[in-house]
Amino acid sequence: MTSTTQKRQKPSAGTLILRTIALVYLFVLLAVPIGLILYRTFANGIGPFIDSITTPAAISAFNLSLLLVAIAVPLNVVFGVITSLALVRGRFPGRKLLQAVVDLPFAVSPIVVGVALILLWGRDGWFGGLETLGIKVIYGIPGMALATIFVTLPFVVREVEPVLREIGNDQEQAAATLGANPWQTFWRITLPSIRWGLTYGIVLTVARALGEFGAVIMVSSGFPGVSQTLTLLVHARYIDDHNTYGAYAAATLLMGLAMLTLLLMTLLDRKRSHS
Amino acid sequence: MGVATLWLSIIVLLPLAALAVTSMENGVAGFIDAVTQPAALATLRITVTVSAIVALINVVMGTIVAWVLVRDDFPGKRFVNATIDLPFALPTIVASIVLLALYGPNSPIGIHLNATPAGLVVALTFVTLPFVVRAVQPVLMEVDREVEQAAHSLGAGPWTTFRRVVLPALTPAMISGAGLAFARAIGEYGSVVLIGGNIPHETQVASQYIQQQIEIDRPVNAAAVSVVLLLISFLSLFVLRLWAGRTQRHEEQDA
Amino acid sequence: MIDVTDARKYYGDFTALDDVSLSIPAGSLTALLGPSGSGKSTLLRSIAGLETLDAGRVVISGDDVTDVPPQKRGIGFVFQHYAAFKHMTVRDNVAFGLTIRKRPKNEINRKVDELLEIVGLGGLQKRYPAQLSGGQRQRMALARALAVDPQVLLLDEPFGALDAKVRADLRQWLRRLHDEVHVTTVLVTHDQEEALDVADQIAVLNKGRIEQIGAPEDLYERPVNDFVMSFLGSVAKIGPHLVRPHDLRLERALERWSPEERAEMEPSKATVGRVVRLGFEVRVDLLDEAGERLSAEITRRDDERLALKAGDVVYVRPVRALPPEEAFPALAM
Repeated sequence: MTSTTQKRQKPSAGTLILRTIALVYLFVLLAVPIGLILYRTFANGIGPFIDSITTPAAISAFNLSLLLVAIAVPLNVVFGVITSLALVRGRFPGRKLLQAVVDLPFAVSPIVVGVALILLWGRDGWFGGLETLGIKVIYGIPGMALATIFVTLPFVVREVEPVLREIGNDQEQAAATLGANPWQTFWRITLPSIRWGLTYGIVLTVARALGEFGAVIMVSSGFPGVSQTLTLLVHARYIDDHNTYGAYAAATLLMGLAMLTLLLMTLLDRKRSHS
Repeated sequence: MGVATLWLSIIVLLPLAALAVTSMENGVAGFIDAVTQPAALATLRITVTVSAIVALINVVMGTIVAWVLVRDDFPGKRFVNATIDLPFALPTIVASIVLLALYGPNSPIGIHLNATPAGLVVALTFVTLPFVVRAVQPVLMEVDREVEQAAHSLGAGPWTTFRRVVLPALTPAMISGAGLAFARAIGEYGSVVLIGGNIPHETQVASQYIQQQIEIDRPVNAAAVSVVLLLISFLSLFVLRLWAGRTQRHEEQDA
Repeated sequence: MIDVTDARKYYGDFTALDDVSLSIPAGSLTALLGPSGSGKSTLLRSIAGLETLDAGRVVISGDDVTDVPPQKRGIGFVFQHYAAFKHMTVRDNVAFGLTIRKRPKNEINRKVDELLEIVGLGGLQKRYPAQLSGGQRQRMALARALAVDPQVLLLDEPFGALDAKVRADLRQWLRRLHDEVHVTTVLVTHDQEEALDVADQIAVLNKGRIEQIGAPEDLYERPVNDFVMSFLGSVAKIGPHLVRPHDLRLERALERWSPEERAEMEPSKATVGRVVRLGFEVRVDLLDEAGERLSAEITRRDDERLALKAGDVVYVRPVRALPPEEAFPALAM
C-alpha cells in the first residue's frame, strides 16, 4: 500500500522515536491481547479447541451465522447494486437524501438498531400484527436477519457506487450502439466492470454479518442450539455458562474468520487497484 | 429508484421512524422526562466523556501511526499496515473478550481494568483504531514532499515544518477520522459489554442503558435515549464535516 | 444517408439544439464543427440515439429512427475517450457487437481478423485496453464500431484526447480508411484544421444552430458570416472588416497602390511589432492607428523586398475587395 521503493536511509532520532511509539502502541493495543487469547486457546494443544467448537451448540451457532450470511448477502448484493445504479445514474429529486439514508446504518448504534426493530416488528410494534398471524419476527430468525441486513446495508453500495461513478457510462453507451440491449449491457459490461468493488463489498458484508453482536442480541431469544449465532455463543459461554475457555475458543474461531477476511481484503485491494 | 427507495425504507427508515414515534409516545414532556432521569443523564455523560477521550487519543496516536506507516520504512511495515484493519474485521464481542483476557480478573500482568472507565477507554480505543489512521494515511501520501523541502530550504526545522506545513494539510482528515471514531464510540456495545461492568452512574454506557430499559420493559425510555444517541451521533458528524470542509476550503484558497 | 429535421433539444434553460435541420449524403464524410457548447456533440448523439430529441425527426437510410433505441439504429459510434471495454481483450472488444448478434464463430473470427489487420492491431489482439496507447485504443474502438457493418459511422471528437502528432497521423489514416470503406461518416470536432483536412462537407454550429454547411473550400472562401469566417481559418481585422491574413498587402509607400485602388479603399497606417519568418510564409504582427493588433501573412519575396523590422511604419490594405453579391455587411470592403 505504501511505497517501499524509496531507498532506505539511516533513520533520524525523531523517526526512531515515532516508530517506537507507534509500534509499541499497536503492540500493546492489538498484538498482546490477541496473542494472549491465542495462547490461552491453544495452551493445551489443538484438541480442546476442536472439542469446544464442535459441541452441538457451537455447530448450530455456526450454522445460524452462515444462514444469516446467506440471507443478508444476496439481498444486499441485489438491492445494493440497484441502489448504486439509482444513485449514480438516476436523475431524480432527493438523490442526496437517498445517499444519506444509505450511510445511516453506520451512524446508528447496534443496540439502537435492535430497539428500532423491536418497536417496528415486535409484538407491540407497528407490524406486531404479523405475530398474531404466527409469523414471529422479533426473537426469531427473521428479526436476526433484518438486524444483519440493516447493519451491513451500506457496504455493497459504498464499494460499488464509486466504481460506477468512475467508469462513467461511456462503455454502456458503446455497448448500446453495438447492439446490446440493456440486460445484455448489464451482464456483459456493467457487472464485469464493478466485479472487484462488488466482491470487496461482499467480503465486508460477510465479515460484518458474521461478527454482528449488539443488534442481533437484541432481537434474539438466545436459546443455545436455536437462536444463538457465533457471537452470541461467545457472550453466553462467558456470561451465562462461566465457560471462559469455551468463550476463548469460539472467539478464536471468529478471529480466524476475521483474519481470513482481512487476507481477502488485502488481496482484493491489490486486484482492484490494478483493474 | 423506486425499488431502492422501497428497500431502504423497509430496512432502515421504517424501524427508525417507529423508534422516533415511540420516543414521543408520551409527548414532548414524556420524552424530556425519559432522558432527564438521573440514570439516563449519567449514562449519556459517561458515554460522551469517554467517547471524547477516545477520539482525542485517536487523533494523536492515529496520526503518529499513519505518519510512521507512510514516511518511515522498516522490515514488516506491510504486515503492520495490514493489522490496522483488524479491529474492523474482528467482531466486537471478540474484541471485548480479547481485552478482558488481558485486563480482566485473570490478567496475567496484574492490571485490572474491568468495570472501570479506563476499561471502557481501552475497549473503545481498540475498536476505533483504524478511523484516524485510515483517514490520515492517504492524505499524507498525497502531501507534496517538495513543499516540505521548500520549508526546509527556507530554514524551518522538522518540527516547524510539520506544524506549519504538514499539519494544516492533515487537519481535515484528522477531524473527520476523529468524528467517525467518536460517532462509533457513542453507540458501541459489543466491545464494552464484557469489560465495562455495566455499573449505573459509573461505567454504564448509553447502549447498555438502552438494552436494560428494553429488558425491564420500558420501551419509551429506551427509544428516547436511543433518539438522543442518534442525535449526538448525527450532530457530531455534521459539525465535524462542516469544520473539515471549512478547513479544506481555506487550504484550497491558499493554494 | 442521414436526415435530421427541425431538431430541438433543451437541458433545463440551456438550448443545445435550436431547430436544426441537416442532410448528410450517403458515403460522405461530414464534420460537425463548432466551439464547445455549440450543440455539435448533442446533434451527433441524437443521431446515435444516445440523446432523445425534444422535437424533430432523425431518418437514417430512409427509416425514421427517432424513437428507435441506439442498439437498433445500425450505427457505429466512436467516443472521445474510447469507451474501451476494460475487462475484455482487444479481440473481444472488436468482436462484441458480433457476439451480441450471435453470429457464427468462424464468421466472427474472420471479420475480427480482417478488421484488426485494417486498423493495424493484428499483433495486439490478446492485449487489454490498459496495455495500449491512446492512438491504439482509438483504432480498436474504430474497428469495434465497424465490425457490425454500420450504415453510418459516428465519431465524437475521436482524436481529442490524443497528442498533436498522433492526431494528425490518425486523421490521415481515417480519411484513407473512409476512402476504402465508404461508410457514411459524421465526425464531431472543435478543431478547424481537422475538419478542413478530412471532411467532404463541413457543418459549422454555433449556439445550437447550423451557421453554414458546405464543402471545406466554400466555407473558407465564402463564409456567410463573421462567425464562420473566424472559426474556419485565421482572420485579421481592419477597421470593421474581417480579412484573411494572407489577403493583406503591406507597402512602405502609399504610391505603390494605384489611384483606383486607393479610391476604392484607402490603405491604413500601422506599426510593425514582430516579424516571424516561418519558411515561405512570413507573419507580420502589426499595431494599427486605433491601437488594434492584427497579423498579416506575406510571402518571403515581399518580405525581402520590404525588409521589415520592428518599429517600421507601413501601410496595409486588403489585396482585393470581395464581389458585392458574395459579401455581407461585415465583409463589404
